[in-house]
Amino acid sequence: MVKVKIDGFETEVPEGTSILNAARQIGGDLVPPAMCYYTKLKGSGGKCRTCMVRVAQSSEKDQRPMPKLVASCSTPVQDGMVVENITNPAVLEARKAVVEFLLINHPLDCPICDQAGECDLQNLAFEHGTSKTRYEEERRTYDKIDIGPNIQLHMDRCILCYRCVYTADQLTDKRVHGVLNRGDASEIGTYIQNSIENDFSGNVIDVCPVGALTDKTFRFKSRVWFLNPFDAYRNCPTCSGKVVVWKFGEAIYRVTGRKDQYGEVEEFICNTCRFEKKAPEDWTIEGPRAIDRHSVISQNHYEGFGDLKI
Amino acid sequence: MEGLLIKEQQSREIFSPETMAEIQRLLPRFPDGRQKSALLRILHLVQEENEGWLSTEVMDRVAELLNIQPIEVYEVATFYTMYNLKPVGKYLLELCHTGPCAIEGAERLLEYLKQKLGIGVGETTPDGLFTLKTVECMGACGYAPMMQVGEFYHEHLTEAKIDHFLEDCRAGKVALGTWKLS
Amino acid sequence: MSRKLLLEHAEVPGIETYAVYRKQGGYRAVEKALKALTPENVLDEVKISGLRGRGGAGFPTGMKWSFLAKPEGTPRYLLCNADESEPGTFKDRLLMERLPHLLIEGMILSAYALGCRTAYIYIRGEYKWIIKILERAIAEAYANGWLGERILGADFSFDLHVTPGAGAYICGEETALIESLEGKRGNPRLKPPFPAVSGLWGCPTLVNNVESLCAVVPIVNDGGEAFAAIGVGRSTGTKLISACGNINKPGVYEIELGLPVEEFIYSDEYCGGIKNGKRLKAVVPGGSSVPILPADLILKTAAGEDRLLSYESLADGGFVSGSMLGSGGFIVYDEDQCMVRNTWNFSRFYHHESCGQCSPCREGTGWLEKVLHRLEHGHGRMHDIDLLVDISKKIEGNTICPLGDAAAWPVASAVRHFRDEFEWHVLEPQLSQQRNFGLAMEAVAV
Repeated sequence: MVKVKIDGFETEVPEGTSILNAARQIGGDLVPPAMCYYTKLKGSGGKCRTCMVRVAQSSEKDQRPMPKLVASCSTPVQDGMVVENITNPAVLEARKAVVEFLLINHPLDCPICDQAGECDLQNLAFEHGTSKTRYEEERRTYDKIDIGPNIQLHMDRCILCYRCVYTADQLTDKRVHGVLNRGDASEIGTYIQNSIENDFSGNVIDVCPVGALTDKTFRFKSRVWFLNPFDAYRNCPTCSGKVVVWKFGEAIYRVTGRKDQYGEVEEFICNTCRFEKKAPEDWTIEGPRAIDRHSVISQNHYEGFGDLKI
Repeated sequence: MEGLLIKEQQSREIFSPETMAEIQRLLPRFPDGRQKSALLRILHLVQEENEGWLSTEVMDRVAELLNIQPIEVYEVATFYTMYNLKPVGKYLLELCHTGPCAIEGAERLLEYLKQKLGIGVGETTPDGLFTLKTVECMGACGYAPMMQVGEFYHEHLTEAKIDHFLEDCRAGKVALGTWKLS
Repeated sequence: MSRKLLLEHAEVPGIETYAVYRKQGGYRAVEKALKALTPENVLDEVKISGLRGRGGAGFPTGMKWSFLAKPEGTPRYLLCNADESEPGTFKDRLLMERLPHLLIEGMILSAYALGCRTAYIYIRGEYKWIIKILERAIAEAYANGWLGERILGADFSFDLHVTPGAGAYICGEETALIESLEGKRGNPRLKPPFPAVSGLWGCPTLVNNVESLCAVVPIVNDGGEAFAAIGVGRSTGTKLISACGNINKPGVYEIELGLPVEEFIYSDEYCGGIKNGKRLKAVVPGGSSVPILPADLILKTAAGEDRLLSYESLADGGFVSGSMLGSGGFIVYDEDQCMVRNTWNFSRFYHHESCGQCSPCREGTGWLEKVLHRLEHGHGRMHDIDLLVDISKKIEGNTICPLGDAAAWPVASAVRHFRDEFEWHVLEPQLSQQRNFGLAMEAVAV
């Protein structure tokens, strides 16, 4: 176990733990935001640069600060490390810069985007962005494409986190999509017209931090904050069957994995559960789903549940 | 390696025996299971054989040969600028227009080439002879301006040299070189 | 006249062949090392020599070597970075074209010191004809017993291969190079782990520039101390400088580190002065990534001392009034060159070459290029100039690899030293399309 201090709070974590995960162990406002890192996806992280922090002291042994800000998701803690996140203005300034970079080519089409209300980029921009843009140039645009019958790709919105690529690599046996081209012309694609067909392909929707990959069976059905999420379960031969069903009245509008407070799914679910099981009798409801405090989704749903701990 | 030999049978149909021999010569340079490392060079070889560009069919065969997913080949082919994903002319003129070449008049030569060939950057002449492409620094800054055609660099370019060069191409007098070593 | 350690025999006809190279004393260093030196001895000589990485970063080579992890039972790899793509740099090309056996000899010595059984030369794909030169030379070296099993009967076997890139500047970054060598996109890796611990195929890997590896040959032949005796301070030995731009004699020059910049530009032995009798306006001394300096600051430091071609002297003044030796790509601009246009050109280069993996570089390089394009073409506004500085600041230091810094520095330095020229483009949009700004004093007079 090694000791690390983040924004003045000390914690002990196993050796090799990243700064980000150490911060998550402490919890609260000092946890850096992460747009590309995903605990369950090996190799993810380091790309978006939103989680950068300053290491004021490298370790007990080497008390020098690190020369540059580091990506907290991919920098392991060392014993005696001192980290500054929200207590350091330079960190917040750099984060603001990253938000600006992520937004200059983003279409800002939240009003018509299915992800709005549960979008990591929206939350990030709300907390760290500015309301004005300095970017006057034309934004890049792409045609939206269907990759398979149930998934739509809106490349305009993509922030190139690579999570969907890692998902396909690690959850399915034959990856058919990837990152094509390079630089700011990079795009997620299949190159040739190809559909992602695999029992677990739908998970790319859940791991996508923005509205680039969306569920066609839920397309334009409802804003997410009008829906009531419930933990639900079914005996599924393919996956754990542990999902969240999103209901409007008795109708199930969509099915997703169960996401923790950092937006990461607890268990990946199969396409049958996600796309085909929309009848109330398909599911055993376990109870209301707790949603991250930041989200508009949690604003007004649970009045009826009295003192239920959510 | 055994798997690779079986794949070789299938790929014979699309790649020439010479290219296959060249590929077989490259593979043992990498440890077992690391043959994907030969991908960049194999793509150069098969592009040369496929009249200078990489079709989906060609890339899919390369994927088969190396026992990798086609998307892994597409990802690589779209990343590196030397691979052409559309058909190109017999002579691909790659004119450098980075700083040091620009100082020496590369931009003027680019206009000259466009006007002379009647095409824009990325286009091919109707006779299928020339494709014009701009490239970034080629490591010939002291001998600027320059363009690469096939294997060779043409340096200290002038309008007169370009005129001669284009004539020589039309007369079939320009060698393009090859990726094959044997 | 500078001593020549690498290019001494470059002009000898046929030096690219084994027979001639051997006749000129080639492979003597390998004989010496394998017969009389232990790997540790070779490493020590390199440390004593003070050799610093010649690719651009200038990190001490001996120290880099000593970081290479040596776990039991895991192969270690030596990689030669021959992906020379930094605008203004064309020195490795000359070494490989003329002296392929020097590189092979340097790699044998390095591999011996590091305990590597296999090495690869990763060369940019555009250097197609050089690949053939190298492969021919490697075949000769195998045929003559310098490569392969039990070289010179010693307990040292070594295989060397060439493998090409396919058009991507980013592959000069060592982890991108490794990715590319594995047959993937050239996306730089996150560090840690560093290649010295986990590099090619997850094995400990050392990546050195062509020139650095070649320099090991004279170091072993004459000893590290002899190498360290050349140069000035911590800039030891000789360095290849590739000079281009508006000079009378562009080309590759081997200089003793510490040569005054003024002598290098104006002496007939080197650049031979500015072409067409024009005046010097600016120099990019170490490849397009390093800060550009105006004539006064490239010839003298801010403190008024002679500027020397050395790591320390060129960096004197930090980024306020200094630059870097970098790769030794020395680009000279005369009074007729437009600094805004040149900055836009470099910016386009970095935009084109960004791998697109991390957001500040992917988005920032494109943004810089677009704003510079506007300014250069007469559509800029005054606040665009500050915007440029701000964008470059926000890329710098915040990216996975140094390409972000390399894209930011030329822009920031051009605005710092030539702000009046940028402002002139805004104030005189039409005039700036018709003629260049020239030297600052004249523009004021006009």
